[in-house]
Amino acid sequence: MDYALMQRVFPFFLEAAWITILLSVLTAILGLICAMLGTAARLSRFRVLRFLGAAYVSVFRGTPALIQLFILYFGGPQIGIQLDAFEAGVIGLGVNVGAYMTETMRGAIISVDKGQGEAARTLGMSKWQAMRNVILPQAMRLMIRPLGVNLNTLIKSTALVAAISVVELTYTAQRYIGSTYKPFEMFLIAGLLYMIIIYVVGLAVTWADRKARLN
Amino acid sequence: MSAQKPFIDIRHAKKSFGTLEVLKDISLQVDRGQIVAIIGPSGSGKSTLLRAINDLDPLTGGEIWLEDKQINMDLPHRQYERHINEVRQEIGMVFQHFNLFPHLKVRENVTLAPKMLKGLTDAEANALAEEQLTKVGMIERIDYYPSQLSGGQKQRVAIARALAMKPKVMLFDEATSALDPELVEEVNLVMKQLAEEHMTMIIVTHEMGFAESVCDRVLFMDQGVVVEEGPPEVIFRNPKSERTQNFLRKHLAGQKA
Repeated sequence: MDYALMQRVFPFFLEAAWITILLSVLTAILGLICAMLGTAARLSRFRVLRFLGAAYVSVFRGTPALIQLFILYFGGPQIGIQLDAFEAGVIGLGVNVGAYMTETMRGAIISVDKGQGEAARTLGMSKWQAMRNVILPQAMRLMIRPLGVNLNTLIKSTALVAAISVVELTYTAQRYIGSTYKPFEMFLIAGLLYMIIIYVVGLAVTWADRKARLN
Repeated sequence: MSAQKPFIDIRHAKKSFGTLEVLKDISLQVDRGQIVAIIGPSGSGKSTLLRAINDLDPLTGGEIWLEDKQINMDLPHRQYERHINEVRQEIGMVFQHFNLFPHLKVRENVTLAPKMLKGLTDAEANALAEEQLTKVGMIERIDYYPSQLSGGQKQRVAIARALAMKPKVMLFDEATSALDPELVEEVNLVMKQLAEEHMTMIIVTHEMGFAESVCDRVLFMDQGVVVEEGPPEVIFRNPKSERTQNFLRKHLAGQKA
């Protein structure tokens, strides 16, 4: 193994890792927003909204994220959507992970005991008051861990945007392989950095989950 | 009292889930301050009837009135929501499984709804919570979480939570069925105390002894109909219907076993 080469390129990989982190953060935020809308739609009393929510989830979970990215980035201009690679990456992955997070949130909400909502309603609370003050605080605790799993998957799927030439970790590895012909070393560095990011995020999720359970 | 309009008036209540008829044309009048027990085998429709009163299980036919207000009015969705939320504030409900809010302390369990729905200040709501919790003997546990309480204690807090809304009537849905036998009495005592204060109550229960000692009237329900109704000494000592006799015999045998 060429340790000297690894040392030399490492700073460039670190820079790329920041892009991966930025991409993950923005995607997670967009995903959470999509998931809140998706969850609200899936739990709505209006059939049309429930249908749209269900359609959103099954379309985006039912097709490869890579195809979704390609349609957005390469197919977009054909229908007047002009995005640069980074924007397309954030939007494509964000909407995709939002579909998974929708199911996570909905699952957490409907697994709160039915008696909780009933008790709130019998006191005279409206549906929304019961949701906000009684059901959601309990559902939040239930969704931290599974959202952490979504986040873990999301960080790894940011590698896909290398295919639309966003200069993040995976793309950087590929680029250095082109000039050094050392795929083993280059992918090893990339993999190691992904692992560190995911490990830290995992710790944060565990911490948040424990804190939520304590009070 | 008999000349007056009934306090709670259930007229021809019908309820079906699909093809299953759970309530078949039930009528029941309860006067102010009256305490009515509903007994019967499981699946008889007694809980469904109770839950219909505050519209947790909406009827498919018939009317329910509380004083001069119809509870299950036919209104557009938004208006109905507003109407039912107001009505429910006047009807306290206690559940078999307590349904305390586990993320809130005992105090907040009691103050949440009064603050939110009646605009009480923190100080007012706290005073109210302390008053109600003292009444059910739970004031020492005011800063505990529900998970730190026994079943009997949870149920007493649940009663205090319902009372804090100053309801006109209290509904008890098998309030002691989920409790260990030694914890039943403390909840029964609170209910007796409410009876002495002339709270109007409808109690779905399996506790014949309690029903007999506290209630003014007993309804025996089976398969969606009221089979027999009358004062407790008649229903328990001298039931006319064979179904009532059989039910009571089986029930007593079960309790001895």
